[in-house]
Amino acid sequence: MKAFLHNRRAMAGASILAFFALVAIFAPLLSPDNPSDINYGLMLGPSSRHLLGTTPGGQDILSQLIYGARPTLVVGLLTGAIIAVIQLVMGVFSGYAGGAIDAVLSTITNVFLVLPGLPLLIVIKGYTSSDSLTTVVVVLSVTGWAWGARVLRSQAISLRDRPFTEAARMSGERRWRIVMAHIVPNMFGVLAANFFGAALYAVLTFAFLQFMGLANINEVAWGSMLYWAQNDSAQMLGQWVFLLLPGLCILLLGTAFGLLNFAVDEVADPRLRRN
Amino acid sequence: MRYILRRFLLLLLTGWVAITLNFAIPRLMPGNPIEAMAVRYGGKLAPSELSALAIELGLKSRQNEVAQYFTYLGHTLTGNLGYSLYSYPERVSTIIGESLPWTIFLVGASTILAFVIGTSLGAIAAWRRGKPLDSALVPTGVMLGATPAFWIATLALYFLAFRLNLFPVYGGSGINEGLVSFSGIGSIIDHAALPGITLTAISLGGYLLLMRNTTITVLSDDFVKFARAKGLRDRVVATHYAARNAILPNFTTFALALGFVVSGAIVIEYVFDYPGVGYELFTAVLNYDYPLMQGLFLIIVIGVLIANFLADLLYVLLDPRIRMGARS
Repeated sequence: MKAFLHNRRAMAGASILAFFALVAIFAPLLSPDNPSDINYGLMLGPSSRHLLGTTPGGQDILSQLIYGARPTLVVGLLTGAIIAVIQLVMGVFSGYAGGAIDAVLSTITNVFLVLPGLPLLIVIKGYTSSDSLTTVVVVLSVTGWAWGARVLRSQAISLRDRPFTEAARMSGERRWRIVMAHIVPNMFGVLAANFFGAALYAVLTFAFLQFMGLANINEVAWGSMLYWAQNDSAQMLGQWVFLLLPGLCILLLGTAFGLLNFAVDEVADPRLRRN
Repeated sequence: MRYILRRFLLLLLTGWVAITLNFAIPRLMPGNPIEAMAVRYGGKLAPSELSALAIELGLKSRQNEVAQYFTYLGHTLTGNLGYSLYSYPERVSTIIGESLPWTIFLVGASTILAFVIGTSLGAIAAWRRGKPLDSALVPTGVMLGATPAFWIATLALYFLAFRLNLFPVYGGSGINEGLVSFSGIGSIIDHAALPGITLTAISLGGYLLLMRNTTITVLSDDFVKFARAKGLRDRVVATHYAARNAILPNFTTFALALGFVVSGAIVIEYVFDYPGVGYELFTAVLNYDYPLMQGLFLIIVIGVLIANFLADLLYVLLDPRIRMGARS
């Protein structure tokens, strides 16, 4: 933990994430206007009334950016957490259990690994008519867990025959308990790294779905802002802030998750630690 | 041998799962292709004609679900993917055949470039660990991996192609140039340049970070220390000892990525109007063109499976430990 606090990359990532989290939580206080109001005049330039100007649809860009943090963060963190749990079951448990359980679970993992995620996602989204955030989170979780599960499985296998798990088995602890109390704490680093990796994947893919118009575009989020920017050709009309800033926010949030992912890895693996 | 056999069985199993999913998803999901079709042809066709067309397209059947499944399985295995709803009477297989070469060219070249550049930069960063170059490469790699592809592609298209006129604005080649002529090839490369550069840039970050970390891990291994102690030159140690071992995880990722070449780069192809598989898939979704969607999905899965199987075979050559059967 101390090593984590002293890691510059971890701190940079955590600061960016904390910043966006605060913005999302206090959005109603920070936001100058209602992000959905359309009665401010179209495509206004930056002014003291609208610091970043207004969209081609007449909404305040700054307010949209502030409120846009909310769904993006929710989808990122929630999907990250769900994926981490699926990976825990499919990877860690399968690796530890071995035998028939492992054979079945890792075959399922291998099947999901080669099913192309993005096309599958688009096909599923093409068939469902539901646009809710829940659908997005479910679809993202189902398509995004396989790679990490395979990594966790090999880690769990290497921990299976260590003396401390051996001892727990001897003392008659139940399998599920051994996994949760002995294996998982020992691979906390990899699990945490996977969580951040999954959150990064979710943020980018959610934005992508919205940009393509495959998720609810009437909800204010960075991805849907980009959809409207593209749809209204904002850059052609000179309002390129509308195209630039939401993407930059996604990039920054993604970088935060990426840095945390990298830093956790660095801290957890003694061979990567700086001497 | 047993390893290869197991991989091959997995290939068959996954292929079957994919075909079955392809059959099941449209039947499980709400929303109905026949309705979508009725909307399109509603004014022009009588209900009886519509019903006949639905049967012709395989959307409606008098068989029960089990029989339908086996009919579907048979058709798929014999390469009969049906007709596109949107561009009827064009066959799904024709559309796929036309878009596949574009995708393989653009995405294939970018994937290989990203692997080569990313891996080299990663190895260099590991050797210069903690030095300015490394400190710059790591966050760059993280940021490249966190860049929304569609966003950076839209920006690149607007500024570099539209504003500065450095690249063509859309398409796979000029309209009037023959594809086989010399100017045709030039035009194809010209059109692939900007999407290719964008795609390469956003995909190389992952290779860079993975190679850097694996190389650092390998560098602390005894055999590397020994090679250095022997007095071998750094360059030899770096390429023949460290990189040869560190590249294995990167190669796994690369093999997986090669498989996904067939799925195209949906984002990039969409933004640049590039006539590949990803573009077709997206159009199919927009037009509720279910047979085309299914056919494309199937082709993508087959591509991934074959590439993965070939990668597994190659892996046997690269890693003697697998060849000896030491890995379970």
